[in-house]
Amino acid sequence: MEKEQNSLLKEITQSEYKYGFSSDIEMVMAPMGLSEDTVRFISQKKNEPEFMLEFRLKAYRNWLTMTEPTWAHITHPPIDFQNIIYYAAPKKKKQLSSLDEVDPELIETFNKLGISLDEQKKLSGVAVDAVIDSVSVKTTFTDTLSKYGIIFCSMSDAIQNHPDLVKLYLGSVVPPDDNYYAALNSAVFSDGSFCYIPKGVRCPIELSTYFRINTANTGQFERTLIIADEEAYVSYMEGCTAPMRDENQLHAAIVEIVALKDASVKYSTVQNWYPGNKKGEGGIYNFVTKRGICKGNGAKISWTQVETGSAITWKYPSVILLGDNSVGEFYSVAVTNNYQQADTGTKMVHLGKNTRSTIVSKGISGGHGSNSYRGLVKIIRRAENARNYSQCDSLLLGDKCGAHTYPYIKVENKTSIVEHEATTSKISDDQLFYCNQRGISTEDAINLIVNGYAKEVLKQLPMEFAIEAQKLLAISLEGSVG
Amino acid sequence: MLLSIKNLKVSINNKEILKGVNLEVRAGEVHAIMGPNGNGKSTLANVIAGSSAYDVTEGEIIYKGKNLFDLSVEERACEGIFLSFQYPVEIPGVSMTNFMKAAMNAQRKYHGLDPIPAQELLAKVEQKRQLVEITEKMSGRSVNEGYSGGEKKKNEIFQMALLEPSLAILDETDSGLDIDAIRVVANGVNKLKTKDNAFVLITHYQRLLDYIVPDFVHVLYEGRIVKSGGRELALELEEKGYEWLKDVVVE
Repeated sequence: MEKEQNSLLKEITQSEYKYGFSSDIEMVMAPMGLSEDTVRFISQKKNEPEFMLEFRLKAYRNWLTMTEPTWAHITHPPIDFQNIIYYAAPKKKKQLSSLDEVDPELIETFNKLGISLDEQKKLSGVAVDAVIDSVSVKTTFTDTLSKYGIIFCSMSDAIQNHPDLVKLYLGSVVPPDDNYYAALNSAVFSDGSFCYIPKGVRCPIELSTYFRINTANTGQFERTLIIADEEAYVSYMEGCTAPMRDENQLHAAIVEIVALKDASVKYSTVQNWYPGNKKGEGGIYNFVTKRGICKGNGAKISWTQVETGSAITWKYPSVILLGDNSVGEFYSVAVTNNYQQADTGTKMVHLGKNTRSTIVSKGISGGHGSNSYRGLVKIIRRAENARNYSQCDSLLLGDKCGAHTYPYIKVENKTSIVEHEATTSKISDDQLFYCNQRGISTEDAINLIVNGYAKEVLKQLPMEFAIEAQKLLAISLEGSVG
Repeated sequence: MLLSIKNLKVSINNKEILKGVNLEVRAGEVHAIMGPNGNGKSTLANVIAGSSAYDVTEGEIIYKGKNLFDLSVEERACEGIFLSFQYPVEIPGVSMTNFMKAAMNAQRKYHGLDPIPAQELLAKVEQKRQLVEITEKMSGRSVNEGYSGGEKKKNEIFQMALLEPSLAILDETDSGLDIDAIRVVANGVNKLKTKDNAFVLITHYQRLLDYIVPDFVHVLYEGRIVKSGGRELALELEEKGYEWLKDVVVE
């Protein structure tokens, strides 16, 4: 732990966004703009079966009738949807079966990101499905996982090789007409991860995916579908980095999770997309729809997120508690520094009996950041004995940032028990003086206190992620107190 | 000479609290500063620590040959100044061990040393914990969170034991404590006394001085040290109160 603390000190004094670089790899790109032709182009490039093209076209036609939602507590210049390239894939020369055949520039990119596939193979035992821009280049560990009957591959592969599963579950949790950005994603999604855990199987390794947005003006429209069959268990980690760009980049992903009877899915995210510069220019727009359904009795879905990046974060990982005795959890740390904005939270929808949900949201605002928690706890009339515990805390660093809380509680059954706590705090001068008086610098004191504040959420993360998350918190809070 | 304060004048919000304080502390000495509430005792402690809440309008403080006003709060701490707070603040989520590790490593770094190895840290924590009779539970909890007044004060002494300061200022360490707690705190302080460090005990009552015997007793009255003496002065104050000091001429 001390080693981490020391490297933390080193990291803090270097203010560069260290993942800022891009690789020059040959790209095949769709012409700029979005039309029905673009949708067909994408589907054709990926050699998709008819049902997928239909899915996309239906979503696109829906999207045309919808308008951008404006109710969130965020502001941004209007997005020109015609000024985006919706598909970019590295040129595939032939079928790649081993790392040797992969574009060496690509391998170098993986190495820079610290996710060298070789390393992953040898050391951590984490299966990695690396996505460069729009196409998955390599999927490792499929052989090992297939022994358990576990399917972990790219979305594109799943559409080709497991169309029945895709047909059954794609769009079942987030329908294409759910919201504006979901419709867009459903029309133009390029790739993402697909995971199926068979009955009774406990996935032996943490599954993981890394993303990058490589080319300017390329929106990232990832699509992930995770299905845990009865009594299955899987822990999935999602972590992103992105290169420095001047133009804002749109990231409108969809993640769907289906947990059947007594299944359990843990989904962890550590997100540090480029947040924009100190003046609030550039940065990623992260407009994501994430939702899980506890379809069977006794199912459990747990979302854990550490959001430190993006210029704008707009996401509500949610759980629909359909099955009796099902459980939904949401743990979140969201940081807004400089001019970042976040409107994030969750929706816990209690439909079955004896359902339980836990929400712990820790917002941290610094600089001119604006951080909003928006949550919905909904308990319908026939949802007997529902339980919810929500805790939304806001920590304000400095005097130019903002924290807002919009909790919605809709209870229609009187056997429910709903607890809601909220605090707003700042790091007091007394606390800083106390730390200073023990020899601890103000910057280190803030990191110590912020990590203590976020501890409850951080300890939900798989260990590899927890350490990365702590570092991220430190780096992202640099210069947060004026 | 460890600490030399000359003609120190301090104000807060334009109200003058310290009106020319003089004090000399040498290594190996224990000084007690007594006086009625609101007369500047805590102000003096906080100014030495470096709190920016106060304005130093005149005077100087020389510590270990350095001008103390040139040093930041952290630097003063790393140079060996420790303040045991009157009202220790809570830091939720930060464990005592992590907090002390951060402090010790910061101070070691200041002196060009490597961070303390984990085993050594744990051994030290265990050793000092026993010294100040802190239960195991306490050292694992978050800093001061949910502690009683007595526990907070003991925790201050625990930290002092770990950081091994050259000059320890104890600000009303005995206030709010029962006899047993006072005994434990005093015991801790007595065990930490060496010929190389010094203690300044700020206290309202003479009770603590039954257990930690001072070499010098000063009375801070209306912003000035109006009388200094040995241990007997404390007993005299206990008997007579502070009223009679009004007539005392400042030397």
